[in-house]
Amino acid sequence: MHRHLLSPYQHRSSPVHALPAGGKVAAAVAAVGAVVLLSRGAWAAYAGIGAALAVAAALSRIPPLLLLRKLVLLEPFVLGVAALSLLQPGGAAVFAAMLVKSTLCLFAMVLLSSTTRFTDLLAVLWWLRVPTLLVTSLALMYRYLSLLVDETVRMHRARRSRTFSGGRVFAWRASATVAAQLFVRSSERAERIYDAMCARGWRT
Amino acid sequence: MHIPDGFVDGKTAVATAALAAVGLGVALRSVRRAFPPRRVPLIGLAAAFVFAAQMLNFPVAGGTSGHLIGGVLAAVLLGPSAAVVALSSVLILQCLLFADGGLTALGANVFTLALVAPLVGYGVYALGRRAAGGGLRARLLATGFAAWCSTVAAAVVCAGELAASGTVAWRVALPAMAGVHMVVGLGEAAITTLVVVAVAGVRPELVEEAPGARAARYGSVAAYGLLVSLGLALFVAPFASGLPDGLEALAGALGLESRAARAPALAAPLSGYSVPGAGGASAALAGAIGTVVAFGLAWVLARLLTPRGAPAGRGAPHQGAPDAPASP
Repeated sequence: MHRHLLSPYQHRSSPVHALPAGGKVAAAVAAVGAVVLLSRGAWAAYAGIGAALAVAAALSRIPPLLLLRKLVLLEPFVLGVAALSLLQPGGAAVFAAMLVKSTLCLFAMVLLSSTTRFTDLLAVLWWLRVPTLLVTSLALMYRYLSLLVDETVRMHRARRSRTFSGGRVFAWRASATVAAQLFVRSSERAERIYDAMCARGWRT
Repeated sequence: MHIPDGFVDGKTAVATAALAAVGLGVALRSVRRAFPPRRVPLIGLAAAFVFAAQMLNFPVAGGTSGHLIGGVLAAVLLGPSAAVVALSSVLILQCLLFADGGLTALGANVFTLALVAPLVGYGVYALGRRAAGGGLRARLLATGFAAWCSTVAAAVVCAGELAASGTVAWRVALPAMAGVHMVVGLGEAAITTLVVVAVAGVRPELVEEAPGARAARYGSVAAYGLLVSLGLALFVAPFASGLPDGLEALAGALGLESRAARAPALAAPLSGYSVPGAGGASAALAGAIGTVVAFGLAWVLARLLTPRGAPAGRGAPHQGAPDAPASP
């Protein structure tokens, strides 16, 4: 389950997958930038960009239902912020425009992450001269993300299976202890990783 | 508080991206200079840790639950500069991999959550610790209060960014964001304090030294202070004088106000301008009450959680090996 959530990349052999990562990133940036910069209510332009994205999605051979599910999963975040604009006079029009704009941008980003490996995205960042330290941190974070998430779930389950009292204060302390233990383990793992990196010729 | 795409307009996106890039640059430079190379991989791991720790549930009431935000926790455990890099990594990865937080809003999100939150938090933490003396209890008190301040500061800046984009009027955004996050901040304060005290129980030296903190140079402190105040000046100050007074806000909420009186979206900066009377006072009052409550909570937690026997909190380093973790 987590593995599925944590790596959104969907492998297919399609023309969209075969495109160089840099081109896809540029296209996504262009699509998102255009949608954001367009004035509210430029519905024809929205429709054009939406159609282009839909064509790309169809070419990528990713099941439309999968893309749709991802969009729906992300939509609550958008709705949460957009709901704030409903509280002001004339907010309904702003709300509708925001919703369409953000959904188009989400579509572009979901499409990018489903058709491009994260390591390829990192290579693009590297090529763009993003500082090494940041790229290294991102790469390490990506590498150890699923590991730490699994470890969290395991520790949480172990804790719950051993303690039966359901007090709220107790639950808070238990979760905090799990988080603390997770940090201690991460810090120890980081030291071992450093040794391993040095053994393989890594240099600061 | 992740702003999606479409909620931040062009000028705000560019301004926040510039602020975020400069801040991140200062942080990277400072880490490269002062952070021990041995601990550099820890930044990536800590970023993964923040992400994973956000999945832990803290039950609140009626089946709802909250989770850690982690800005101050990272700043306390890693030092401010490394925390900025780690939290930025979290936001960049969430944006690129999970489409959580927009691409054009990435600058705004990094500025709010990876610069303002940990830096304001760390500033409060450092000042509080100095004022309250050394010792674990002082550290916990400073941690809890810093966590609350950082959450509220980030919420206010986020509201300012949305208002500057003309998405949500300031008079709606500020009470909604700041009000909610003054409560959320209490939870964040409690969680952060609990985690720090638990880390201190297992590996006191991890809380004690905060690598890079001691080496925080004059230059980077000045740069961070300048950045945060520049952000406040750009996104919060233009609106602060235009706080609606109580009556106006009430009328607006009840829909009594004539709609023709102002343009829908971009009204906030000028037409709401009024002498801060009752509204300003009530906002200030709410802020003051929130601050006192948060400080009280931090104080109580610090008192309750400090072990009796160990006043200074300098336990034996590394007592007992934690269960063997898997190899990297």
